[in-house]
Amino acid sequence: MQSNLLAIGPELALTATVLLVLIADLMVGDRAARRPLLATLAFVGLGFAAAHFAVLPDGGPSAFDGMVSGDGLGRFFRGLFLVAAFFGVAFGALSDEIPVRRFGEFTILLLSTTLGMCFLVSAQNLLMIVLALELTSLPSYILAGFRRGDRRSSEAALKYVLYGAAASGLMLYGFSLLYGMAGTLDLTKVGPALNALAVNGSVAVRAGIAVAALLAMVGYGYKIAAVPFHQWAPDVYEGAPTPVTAFLSVGPKAAGVAALIRFVVVGFGASVATPPAGGLPWPILLGILAMATMTIGNLAAIPQDNVKRLLAYSSIAHAGYLLMGVAVGTPEAIQAVAVYLPIYLLMNLGAFLVVLAVRAKTGSETFAAYRGLGTRSPLLAVCLAIFLFSLTGVPPFAGFIGKFYLFAAVLQARTPFFYVLALVGVLNSVVSLFYYARLVKAVFLEGSPAGAPVVAVPFAVTLLLIVLAIPTLLLGVWWSPLAELAARAAGIAG
Amino acid sequence: MDLTTNSLLLTWTVFTPFLGLTAILALLALRPALRLSQRAMDEASRGIGMIAALVAMGLSIALWVDFDAGTSNLQFIHRFVWMKAWNIEFFVGVDGLSLSMVILTAFVFLAGAIASLPWLGKLDSHHPHFSGKRVPGYWILFLLLETGVFGTFASQDFFLFYVFWEVMLLPMYFLIGIWGAPSRKDPDGRTRGGPYAAIKFFLYTLAGSVLMLLALIAIYYASGPATLADGTQGPHTFNLVHLTAQAKAGVFTGAAAILGVPFVHLVFIGLFLGFAIKVPMFPFHTWLPDAHVDAPTPISVILAGILLKTGMYGMFRFNMQIFPTGLAWASWAIGIIAVINIVYGAFVCMAQKDLKKLIAYSSVSHMGFCLLGLAAMTPTAVSGSIFQMVGHGIVSPMLFLIAGVVYDRAHTRDIEGFGGLAQKMPEYTAITGFAFMASLGLPGLAGFVGEVLVFLGAFAAQDGIFRVLVAISALSVIITAGYYLWTMQRIFLGPFNHRWDHLWDMNWRERITLYPLAFVTVLLGVYPAPVLDMVRETVNTLVASLPTGL
Repeated sequence: MQSNLLAIGPELALTATVLLVLIADLMVGDRAARRPLLATLAFVGLGFAAAHFAVLPDGGPSAFDGMVSGDGLGRFFRGLFLVAAFFGVAFGALSDEIPVRRFGEFTILLLSTTLGMCFLVSAQNLLMIVLALELTSLPSYILAGFRRGDRRSSEAALKYVLYGAAASGLMLYGFSLLYGMAGTLDLTKVGPALNALAVNGSVAVRAGIAVAALLAMVGYGYKIAAVPFHQWAPDVYEGAPTPVTAFLSVGPKAAGVAALIRFVVVGFGASVATPPAGGLPWPILLGILAMATMTIGNLAAIPQDNVKRLLAYSSIAHAGYLLMGVAVGTPEAIQAVAVYLPIYLLMNLGAFLVVLAVRAKTGSETFAAYRGLGTRSPLLAVCLAIFLFSLTGVPPFAGFIGKFYLFAAVLQARTPFFYVLALVGVLNSVVSLFYYARLVKAVFLEGSPAGAPVVAVPFAVTLLLIVLAIPTLLLGVWWSPLAELAARAAGIAG
Repeated sequence: MDLTTNSLLLTWTVFTPFLGLTAILALLALRPALRLSQRAMDEASRGIGMIAALVAMGLSIALWVDFDAGTSNLQFIHRFVWMKAWNIEFFVGVDGLSLSMVILTAFVFLAGAIASLPWLGKLDSHHPHFSGKRVPGYWILFLLLETGVFGTFASQDFFLFYVFWEVMLLPMYFLIGIWGAPSRKDPDGRTRGGPYAAIKFFLYTLAGSVLMLLALIAIYYASGPATLADGTQGPHTFNLVHLTAQAKAGVFTGAAAILGVPFVHLVFIGLFLGFAIKVPMFPFHTWLPDAHVDAPTPISVILAGILLKTGMYGMFRFNMQIFPTGLAWASWAIGIIAVINIVYGAFVCMAQKDLKKLIAYSSVSHMGFCLLGLAAMTPTAVSGSIFQMVGHGIVSPMLFLIAGVVYDRAHTRDIEGFGGLAQKMPEYTAITGFAFMASLGLPGLAGFVGEVLVFLGAFAAQDGIFRVLVAISALSVIITAGYYLWTMQRIFLGPFNHRWDHLWDMNWRERITLYPLAFVTVLLGVYPAPVLDMVRETVNTLVASLPTGL
């Protein structure tokens, strides 16, 4: 039992933090130091949760009768989620979109989502997956509608809830079918059982597996905002407060990708190197999903005039890039995904932090607010350019390394389909340059509109910007440590 | 070949501009503490930039002095393992081809740096000059660009090459976009100007380089094991020397076909397209007139003088050195496109009314000769092609500086709008006439040597089609002479247009940039040996690896 509890130590610490913040929220009252106090409490809690990884054995045993996996994949991603939560709380503390009085509420909801994400990535049981997914989703619905008076925020929340409810309903239905056919909820046994069924089974059985698996995919597709389950994302990202959008675009998305890897690659054992798992051509299905996601995400981002909306479509496109790695499914590809996600977290959060700072000063998120930012606030502008070019994936920025790993994994598959996928992927990078550079153009190449305010950046924002920008630059020229961590996540040496 | 580190001189050359930009950045950070005025900061940036460009020039001359032209082996090698997991090395070194380009880079950037100064000459106070706009930023990007170009020519590791190759993109985008012509509507209502040209340049080049990225990964996975700089063995390699040796041993010809196309052919195409966009090769040349016309003068100088050469250099280094069989397979196709470049470029020049656009299209035409020399694959043609790269790298900066001289004064480049300027600006007329003659290939000047060597070498090529191609492109020289002389006549001769009474002749800044270039043009025109000697062994080695008996 003790080892079981240790295995979910970070989650226990997170739960304790949620409760402590809840109590502290009631006790501190309306003091000026309310934000720093609660944020510090959350940071300490997150740090305590993260400290568990120093004690937890690498690739430890699964806990609670195999419900919670202790493998490197879970370990890596839980660490990543804690980092995402740290930035989420920090962004919330710096944004005027989160009222002081409700900052405690915000922190609690955000940490609860993180708790769900942590469970989601290590869950090895179909029921556990559904529970963790709901724990991830429910607080984020509230977060999306955090600005109660704002119609767009409320609309975002409603859209999010409706889509989410439908998606998790379908997913649950798919899982129940899987359970019916495999006779077990244990993901490690579901895969082999279905494989056995598919090999000897009739067409009807195989069709059943296909339907069940595709229904389950809806849930994952929704969480990572993959086409065609992406329609909620632009509205939610635009309507939600900026710190929430920033967190949603990295945290739950990463959790969705990690959970998909757990389901398809670890559970079903699907990859280009193995025979069709459960009788389904997973690599090709996911590859097509990847192509559609990145292409539609990138093309839809081009005409956007709202920067948050633009970044929403961009994050859909990035989900497409990540899906390429999941589609390949080899350990190298999982490593590539694990390299890509932390880099994506840094650069995407960085871009949103600039949005947050500009909004705080101008109250606007449209391109007009960004025109001439290069002269009005050089530091903000230069950082934004770094993040955007990194998102494009040009050297010497970290984003390039992430893309390099992904494309290398895709080409290594050495099948005609994946050669085409790689080509579609790189051409998408070129398309994405167009809209990222459109924003850079507004910032540097166009003059400020008359009377545009100088965007003075508070010290804390400057500090966070630098914390995000420096690794975005450094990881582009020296990425060994990250690659090694990612390799351990994928269960390969070096 | 001994590949151990034996000199840091080349690394210093590559990173000298980077040190300069670090100094400017540091100064920017310290500016509040030092209480520097805007003006002091601007002048300091210019000073640091000039020093960095001068030191880089000095270091590249030191490389030249120490260079042993008697071997095609790499020299000034600096090599260590950069990323063990991918067997990526930091590996720089030069052979004759690289060194000629490194020296040209230093020279062209120095000319560009001087042309970026508002010093030593009157500027029209009614029109803001680009050299006074966001000065520290300009020099930071300028120096970053120089390091990128140096690194591109010096890298002997494919991954490192790719990183430097892409590092050239970002500064160029901003330099054209911010300091170039402001956005405007052309008569057809289309948006043109610096921002448009910058993004067009960026998109075209990135489209090419992502194909190169795929080829890079494919080559890596197809390559065999090789020894790294630290003595350990890696399963694959990015090391160009090892890749060349493996290619010779048939590793790539034996690699599995991709999508039914032989590996070598597909990878060859991927690399070639990436480089061809930069050259630029027809039909991928359309970014070039826009970029050249709307870039500020020094950036046009650098674009034409050296950035186009990175494309040709890549073709020699990768398409010829590593995939000779691919080049032999594609040779006549490249030859035909080269002639289209030459002839089409020349005819388009005839129709131009904008002086800078005319010069830009003449670059398309002249780079065609380089392509023709590559495709012909004989030692003479290849030497000619490399000489043409150097020659064009000296002459085209002159032409763009000349266009800048008149634009800074008249704020127009409309050829038809001038007339009789020779009366008002005799010195300028003389230097323009000289540069035009050099560009049209007058014997005794640098432009002639490259063209004639390419013609001679291509005529002797094994594939008979090249005789036809040489005949067609030789005739185009007449068109070239035609458009230059006609332009000369329209701008400088005839009755003086009194609209231009306020113009003044050349100032010292312009003289300092133009006369050294003119001097080298004459020098290489009458005595081309320094360049030809430098590249001879490299060319022989390159050509020796090409398949014979076609």
